[in-house]
Amino acid sequence: MTNKTVLTAEDIRRTLGRMAHEIIEHNRDLSNIVMVGMRTRGVPIAHRLAENIKKYEGTTIPVGVLDFSLYRDDLAHRNLQPVVESTSIPVSIDEKIVILVDDVLYTGRSARAAMDALIDMGRPSSIKLAVMIDRGHRELPIRADYVGKNIPSSRNEDVRVKLSETDDTDEVSIFNLGETQEE
Amino acid sequence: MAKEQTELLEDEPQNLNWTRKHLLDIDSFTVAEYDLVLKTASAMKEILSRPIKKVPALRGKTIATLFYEPSTRTRGSFELAAKNLSADVINLASASSSIVKGESLIDTLHTLQAMGVNGIVIRHSMAGAPYLAAKHAQASIINAGDGWHAHPTQALLDMYTVFEQKKHLKDLKVVILGDSRHSRVARSNIWGFSGVGAKVTLCAPLTLLPPGMNYRYHPYQGVEIETDIQKALEGADVVMVLRLQKERQNAGLMPDVREYIRYYQLNRQRFALAKPDAMLMHPGPVNENIEIEPELIRCPASVIDQQVTNGIAVRMALLYLVIGGKKDEI
Repeated sequence: MTNKTVLTAEDIRRTLGRMAHEIIEHNRDLSNIVMVGMRTRGVPIAHRLAENIKKYEGTTIPVGVLDFSLYRDDLAHRNLQPVVESTSIPVSIDEKIVILVDDVLYTGRSARAAMDALIDMGRPSSIKLAVMIDRGHRELPIRADYVGKNIPSSRNEDVRVKLSETDDTDEVSIFNLGETQEE
Repeated sequence: MAKEQTELLEDEPQNLNWTRKHLLDIDSFTVAEYDLVLKTASAMKEILSRPIKKVPALRGKTIATLFYEPSTRTRGSFELAAKNLSADVINLASASSSIVKGESLIDTLHTLQAMGVNGIVIRHSMAGAPYLAAKHAQASIINAGDGWHAHPTQALLDMYTVFEQKKHLKDLKVVILGDSRHSRVARSNIWGFSGVGAKVTLCAPLTLLPPGMNYRYHPYQGVEIETDIQKALEGADVVMVLRLQKERQNAGLMPDVREYIRYYQLNRQRFALAKPDAMLMHPGPVNENIEIEPELIRCPASVIDQQVTNGIAVRMALLYLVIGGKKDEI
């Protein structure tokens, strides 16, 4: 198994700064935005984006946490069930612009599950998707509105995002899984 | 990200995978399993606060409730829990099914299996009936109370209710007051609370304690016996009152209900001996004026209604863990 660092801590900081500026640029009324981090690593990214927006514009954006495991489409096919953790979104999402935040966009199935979960919690005026890494290989018609970095990858590779909040370091690396493809 | 309050484990939480196909009792649960159930239950509780209290986790699965004994809250709670997870539910009660025509438990199970049921929630007056069912069924069996033996989902919801409020369970003084001899709720709670390091005290006349329990020797390690209600309640964190099962009092185990009331009813003066922040619990249904003074039922310390709400969340967690996913290869 070989690995290669594609984003360093400094790259991640700059990327999230740029994404925050894009969000500010595309949304005149920031008071209407709710950030929702998809567990696990979408959550610290959502917090960092919200902090950046606060720093640049002075607007405090509410940040929620979404666990979408009960909405996964592979629940009935997995031997090992995901551990369900709590969802908590501090404000009503009705009529809000919800920005879903995740670390890696791959097949699009997580984003689909997360959107279903959100819609069960209210009726947002729109849902947008922000991801740090888009690695391609979509299996559903889903695209991200805000992308940190496009990393064309092969299915034999694994893109791993490490963040100091969850993994003690900031780094994005790409692993070659070789023959032993695991999912 | 703030560390969440839901850690029973003192060390780093392991990534535990649920491996039980059936839920028959909690006597062999590990602390990690309790932790997983409580953590999953708190995620389910959040769903109950949403405008749409439904998630698709068990879509396409069918759950049967098979009750050979009357029940309102347990059966209703399981049905709601299953429906909140999008499972389909069929309810079979002994009075209105082929059971009155003499169909045996095993035949009923085979019938349910032929209907393609994935999970069977069973309540039976005979201790051990769910174990027999588990031997014969491909479906997952969940024990909703068997005789005097066990009521694991009640104990888990009681543990969750205490944990939700106290944020821990270890070293809490939990007093189980009343007829534990005939109580499956008490037996499961003894396993559960002592299994996570709480200190359980049983308080009742000696004749109403589980058979084999006396001052010198009893089979439950670390469980204290105290026949004096005042001593038992002193410093309690949790007071769990059991129903005096009037239908089971014909064996001459106590002289008279009035005498029981005099010595063992939980009233305000006695409850004041517990800690100021003590929780008052009752698995229901309550016999007002017998095991508990009616004024206490809705007092601020009482969490009897929360127990019912939490029962749905805990049963959702258990149904998800036991029936969700693909268990064939385990």
